[in-house]
Amino acid sequence: MPGADKETELSERIEAFLSELKRCGSGAGSLRGSAETARETTSLLRRITAQARWSNAGDLMEIIRKEGRRMTAGQPSETTVGNMVRRVLKIIREEYARSRGSTEEADQQESLHKLLTSGGSSEDNFRQHFTHLKANVIEAINELLTELEGTTDNISMQALEHIHSNEVIMTIGRSRTVEAFLKDAARKRKFHVIVAECAPFCQGHEMATSLSKEDIETTVIPDAAIFAVMSRVNKVIIGTQTVLANGGLRAVNGTHTLALAAKHHSTPLIVCAPMFKLSPQFPNEEDTFHKFVSPHEVLPFTEGEILSKVNAHCPVFDYVPPELITLFISNIGGNAPSYIYRLMSELYHPEDHEL
Amino acid sequence: MADSVGRQSDSINHATGKINRLELFKRKELTKEEKQRLRKEKKQHKKNKKDDRGPPEKEKEKEKASVPAPSKPATQSPAHKAAPVPVNASASESPVAAEKPAKSKAELRAERRARQDSERASKQGKKEGGQQSTSSKPKATPNELQPVVKRLPDHVQVDDPVALKKLAKKLERQQVRQINIVMLCLLSDCCPLTDDGFIQVFSEITLHIPVTVIHPSIVRLGLQYSQGIIAGSNARSVALLHAFKQVIQDYSTPPNEELSRDLVNKLSPYISFLSQCRPLSASMGNAIKYIKKEISNIPSQCKEEEAKRILQECIDSYINEKIILASEAISKYAIEKISDGDVILVYGCSSLVNHILCEAFEKQRKFRVIVVDSRPRLEGREALRRLVKKGIRCTYVLISALSYILPEVSKVFLGAHALLANGYVMSRVGTSQIALVAKAYNVPVLVCCETYKFCERVQTDSFVSNELDDPDDLIVTRNGKTHLENWQTFKSLGLLNLVYDVTPPDFVDLVITDLGMIPCTSVPVVLRVKNVDQ
Repeated sequence: MPGADKETELSERIEAFLSELKRCGSGAGSLRGSAETARETTSLLRRITAQARWSNAGDLMEIIRKEGRRMTAGQPSETTVGNMVRRVLKIIREEYARSRGSTEEADQQESLHKLLTSGGSSEDNFRQHFTHLKANVIEAINELLTELEGTTDNISMQALEHIHSNEVIMTIGRSRTVEAFLKDAARKRKFHVIVAECAPFCQGHEMATSLSKEDIETTVIPDAAIFAVMSRVNKVIIGTQTVLANGGLRAVNGTHTLALAAKHHSTPLIVCAPMFKLSPQFPNEEDTFHKFVSPHEVLPFTEGEILSKVNAHCPVFDYVPPELITLFISNIGGNAPSYIYRLMSELYHPEDHEL
Repeated sequence: MADSVGRQSDSINHATGKINRLELFKRKELTKEEKQRLRKEKKQHKKNKKDDRGPPEKEKEKEKASVPAPSKPATQSPAHKAAPVPVNASASESPVAAEKPAKSKAELRAERRARQDSERASKQGKKEGGQQSTSSKPKATPNELQPVVKRLPDHVQVDDPVALKKLAKKLERQQVRQINIVMLCLLSDCCPLTDDGFIQVFSEITLHIPVTVIHPSIVRLGLQYSQGIIAGSNARSVALLHAFKQVIQDYSTPPNEELSRDLVNKLSPYISFLSQCRPLSASMGNAIKYIKKEISNIPSQCKEEEAKRILQECIDSYINEKIILASEAISKYAIEKISDGDVILVYGCSSLVNHILCEAFEKQRKFRVIVVDSRPRLEGREALRRLVKKGIRCTYVLISALSYILPEVSKVFLGAHALLANGYVMSRVGTSQIALVAKAYNVPVLVCCETYKFCERVQTDSFVSNELDDPDDLIVTRNGKTHLENWQTFKSLGLLNLVYDVTPPDFVDLVITDLGMIPCTSVPVVLRVKNVDQ
């Protein structure tokens, strides 16, 4: 039966994606950028929308939620997967509301006023069937995909406003967004970049060679020298893995030290992060916040005699509180960290925060 | 410098000018014609300097741009490397070649910087012609990262050709041959001599050190410093003092000279040599000051044997009091600060802090230690080994994981390389970061430092007078890929490997010294008290 074939193909694709996620996550650092993950998740969700069997919006949301839970469970640290799932859920809600004819504002935010006046919750079972819902949803997901493809360019376009001539800019590790940002600015301006190498993965090396190929003056420093050179730095520009709901960051390890050093010297800290990295999670010291990789990066097996008597840790991420951040540059423009919670409400529906 | 003009060999060597930096140090004396030619060139160089008195950076670049050009053939890749480097093929021809233009570490670094600066300047000069003053900022960044070769008493800015000429002149006066330090083991007892009295070492290099000028134990010491075999300020000071004891032992007063004056003069070239191998630390500087003072205080009617004995005793007592007993006193104070159940964070390998922790463990304090380490030196592993051998429970992380591990920590113990007169702590690079993050988490930071490391310098940032380590140490191979392998081929890429940094006093809660526990800002008080004593 053609239907069954499609279904098995679909589940195969989902399985393949899941195993890809699991494998990538175990390597040190992400082997694929978050942008690719976001795009692949969205395409997969579009495929699910197109091929899965559902009759009304509620069913579709259930299916997507279920798949979303499985995908996030595959790699909890890869938050873009969950973010894309939530975006798609919000798209479905919007399209449903539009098909029903009610205004989009209707059940958007929970406000105190609404809680008091509406009495019973405006619960929509999403059970009504609309013929064009599928097409609308798929079209909206296509728009989302287009938006995803343009994020890096949108961020890079803002580079010239923030980087001036003869500035010394500091960054840490390797972020494709920041790389594009700096390369775009380098077309018109001359500045100097200091890259902290970010041990033990030393992704800063790759970043530095890539920047120097574009004739940007780059210097690589070891992590220990971050505070020492900070007095000469005009701006710190970093990328991040996730932007948390309170405006804080979950970024590569060493970023908190960098942020503290920048604060001490009153150097502005600019975070270049596309909107798909915004996650409705609040920071907490649960197991899901920190991710560890094999400590042989830190203390290699050649140090055999002492290895058994020593605990070695190799965390991958750092939490950076929002007070240390000056500005977020995203594909929709620049924002202060205190505004992030509002942006979140535009992207995700509050009921979807917990998948 | 009137006397230098009179001396024949000097006129050759200080006529460096634009072209002849290479020929600084030659074994043979030059002929009269050559001397005249060099004198002329020197005059020409002075005239040229007066002529193009444009923006100072431009002038420096011109000079440096022309200087590295002729020197390129002689110094290819070693030009940018620091001391421990096997000299390559060019050096292997040297025993055959009559003159090997030996270069000093400082000059090699200067040339590398100069080359980078000139290239950067030429690029910038083309693009931003009108912004001469502003374009100096990114150039200023590498310029000010130059190491200052010595800290006391000669401050040499390596990017200043005039100062370098003066230094070369002075060294030549002291008859110190600047050598290109190579990777080898030099043991004075198994070192064969060439026919003309020079030390022949294992590799194909001949070090042009006349044995009669520099004492072999000083040569050995210099090589051990430059290779990092002896590292850590206490170890370096103790080794220096032992070497000086040997020198004093072998010293014999020439006729018509007084021991107190002549010995001091004899020591000066040794000290210059050592500072060429590796810049002197504050502790070494203080030790040298002490020795010189003791030597000058020897009464003139004292017999030579008696004087030597006195000096040996002085050195022994200095080591005993200032280093060994001081560390005992510091341990006693510090152990009061360690309570049961503490989680103590240490950084890198400080002999003093390790000693304190071992003593505390022996006194049955229950604590565990977190050792923080950083690339590229990875000195923390040595500390880890020592502590684990004692049986202390340890955790090991890299400095980038500091924010993760700090919430567990109750105290931070740091060692110091020197304490500056404005209260700043100069220590291994990364210490200031530890103090910064500890402050953010409200963890007390205790610095342990003996008083002989207190120095009268002041500085506020980590660039002025710092050491640069070998930049190739930063290169690492991960997953089979070495990204920075050919970093020299990328013109815009630079590697910076600092050795020290300064920690502001607001990050430090307490300094434990042999005189007691003092705040950071009391350092000048201690210095004054010490001076009054002496």
